[in-house]
Amino acid sequence: MRRKVYMTAGYNTISMGTGRKEFHPKKPRPGLEDYFREAGQGTLAMIGGGSHVDECVVGNFMAGRFVRQAHLNAFFPMIDKNLRFKPATRVEGACASGGLALLSGIRSVLAGTADVVLALGIEVQNSVKAVYGADFLALAGWFPNRKQGHAFFFPGQFSDRTQAYNDAWGKEKTRLALARWYRNAIENARLCTTAQEYANSTEDLEALGMTEPDAKSFTPCLNVMDCSKVSDGASAIAILSEEGLHRTGIDSADAVEISGFGHAVEDITLPPTDPLELSTIKTAASRAMGAAGITIEDLATVETHDCFTIAGILGVEALGLAEKGKGTDFVLEGHTSRDGKIPFNTTGGLIGWGHPTGATGVHMAVTIWEQLCGKAGQAQINIPAEQPYGLSMNMGGDDKTAVSIVYKKIT
Amino acid sequence: MKYTDRFRKVTVLGAGGKMGGGILQLIATEICNLALAHGKGGQPFQLIALDVSAEALRGVRDYLRTQVRRVAEKQIVQLRQWYDDRDDLIENWEIIERYISDVMKIVETSTSMDAAKGSTLVFEAVSENPGLKVKLIREIEEHGDGKTWYLTNTSSIPIRELDEAAGLNGRIIGFHFYNPPAVQKLVELITGEGTDPHLKEFSHQLAGALHKKVVPAKDIAGFIGNGHFMREILFGAEQAEKLANDHPLHQALYMVDLVTREWMVRPMGIFQLTDYVGLDVCQNIMKVMDPHMERESLHCELIDRLLEQGVRGGQHPNGSQKDGIFSYEKGKINGVYDPGTRKYILVDKVESATTTILGSFPAGHTPWKEIIRDPLKGEKLESYFSNLRALNSAGARMAVDYGENSGKIGQLLVDMSVADSEKDVNTVLLTGFFHAYGPINEYFN
Repeated sequence: MRRKVYMTAGYNTISMGTGRKEFHPKKPRPGLEDYFREAGQGTLAMIGGGSHVDECVVGNFMAGRFVRQAHLNAFFPMIDKNLRFKPATRVEGACASGGLALLSGIRSVLAGTADVVLALGIEVQNSVKAVYGADFLALAGWFPNRKQGHAFFFPGQFSDRTQAYNDAWGKEKTRLALARWYRNAIENARLCTTAQEYANSTEDLEALGMTEPDAKSFTPCLNVMDCSKVSDGASAIAILSEEGLHRTGIDSADAVEISGFGHAVEDITLPPTDPLELSTIKTAASRAMGAAGITIEDLATVETHDCFTIAGILGVEALGLAEKGKGTDFVLEGHTSRDGKIPFNTTGGLIGWGHPTGATGVHMAVTIWEQLCGKAGQAQINIPAEQPYGLSMNMGGDDKTAVSIVYKKIT
Repeated sequence: MKYTDRFRKVTVLGAGGKMGGGILQLIATEICNLALAHGKGGQPFQLIALDVSAEALRGVRDYLRTQVRRVAEKQIVQLRQWYDDRDDLIENWEIIERYISDVMKIVETSTSMDAAKGSTLVFEAVSENPGLKVKLIREIEEHGDGKTWYLTNTSSIPIRELDEAAGLNGRIIGFHFYNPPAVQKLVELITGEGTDPHLKEFSHQLAGALHKKVVPAKDIAGFIGNGHFMREILFGAEQAEKLANDHPLHQALYMVDLVTREWMVRPMGIFQLTDYVGLDVCQNIMKVMDPHMERESLHCELIDRLLEQGVRGGQHPNGSQKDGIFSYEKGKINGVYDPGTRKYILVDKVESATTTILGSFPAGHTPWKEIIRDPLKGEKLESYFSNLRALNSAGARMAVDYGENSGKIGQLLVDMSVADSEKDVNTVLLTGFFHAYGPINEYFN
């Protein structure tokens, strides 16, 4: 990193959707503007308002179809008059849109064109039933593949990956590990008040996770517990230089340093070269750790893109914590649970916290910022002094766009 | 004739009604599914929606469109396979819209009996009037080839009677849906003495395709569902008349309904259910049943009196509840009819007296809405009813009497061989009436 970059003042709205007690599909709910305002103002309040901000960026995937709204960058002045006439950009890279928003901010700070960037991720998806939402989400794949794809498209893609994993490494253990991943996700979400699964009261989560997938009603290898949720929500965070920290008066103990990042993209028109591997994610994560000059031994926590439980397992392998086919063992041995060797997705991840697609990348950064700064409340894990790093891996489409970031606790 | 061929020309008689509309939806989607599953190029299918009211038929088209969308959304995985060859249909919404229009294309509405000519299959769902049913069937038969099969939705008229009066020689069977047909999983299947075994076999196949649970009932007026329900109305009315010796009648009606709903842990009280079905419909069903019962009189003076005063119940075309014994706001009871003043008295005004008279609920009471999906339902009901039996309040005594009587009715239906078994009686009440427990139980002994 040619210049020091920090993040601070993270804010998550509730991840709204089925599972939340206040959610009712037929009753009015907050809209895009409400989430934009809540998250943006949440972060601005912690950094002294919009007058301190040089530039804004919003990551969003598909508001154009979900709520028939494009041009989201022009919403920033709505939340704070001091943002009028300041530069603002909207970025899109499917479910990695949030990660791209973070990178856009980091690059501006690195370039020296901004000292304080407000980065926001947002998505509102409960505006339509899941069966129609699937049409919109499928646009993260190559459209000519849509016709032959599954009705819910991405569950179909990742069911295919699960099938490959089952065939290569055995179905029984894979299912056990997916069920364990589900259990960890929900147990972590129960510790975070904004999580969609916060109020989940199922006693035997693993038994539920073991539910046999049904190809007739859903997909051959994944059940609905294996899938992230349909969510509305937004997350925001500030990205700053040293000068920015000074300007906003943020104590360095309330900030994390960005030690490195990796960004990789693969050809959307091609099927995965190896269904048993998230190659793009692997490339991005390895670049991020390389840039930060660290190894997996230095990591205290990871936020991985578990849009499906199988993606969680493949994420563990992509990071090099386990060999190919051994990610299941790593999870079943408890290493990724909150009291394990390396806690993953400590507030539930996409399965437990929720997956407002365009917001997810930013939500990951907020969660790691909270953990490294001791602000995670009930969900707080121990950050050992010799492992002051956290890492996020945000994925767009079926491993087509990948953003990985390494965060360091400031000591 | 193969199963699929039976659907070449289907008529739903009374398609504008609430039962007919639901049956129309089920059959329209079943036909469309058959057409899609068996590929193109076959003979086209025809579905005639017949009703005397053109307005009702227009309403039913709107209803159908909404309902078919729900069906399509649920079976999207299947639909994508069926429309696999259609390159122009890519996204789910495109496929769903196509399916809706394919189903709607099958349905032709008509107010003329001529449209039913040459039907291979007829679903009869007109009002519960034997004369009318026979007349309509005969009209179709006049132009027919003598091979048409009839599935009647009668809930009370013996099939044998319809068969003989219309001269069908066994080409009719009782296929009794519960309201609303698209949602309710139960079908009472009533085989008349001479019903063609092939028709019976076909009916089972159809019920399977529609994901219905079949309970066979003997061909005795009222069958299982109404056999139980009508006798419960009589017992409830009797309880109310008794209470009316000491309290105003509207108060008594309210109390019996409350006991039969809340204390009995049922979805509706007996008089709310009467409103739901319609007092006129109930009166009609009793009239049909009464002549067939040797040792009982199925006749309810209370209902006659209320009907004379214009109290009818039933539903508006949009499915909302009409005022009857109770007045309703957004489907909830807000007043009770006072035959003395011919006005509705607000529930708030009778509630406090009700609690004083009936006493408070026994310990362990769980509302029906919660108990129905409680995994510990059995144990909870067991303990609740044991507390209920131990109480000596007026409410508890009424509930125990009502529960005992409900069990006796169930037993009577088995003794009369209307139902094959106690289990079948319970299945009808559990599935067709959404009860949390069957009438034949140990709770009230």
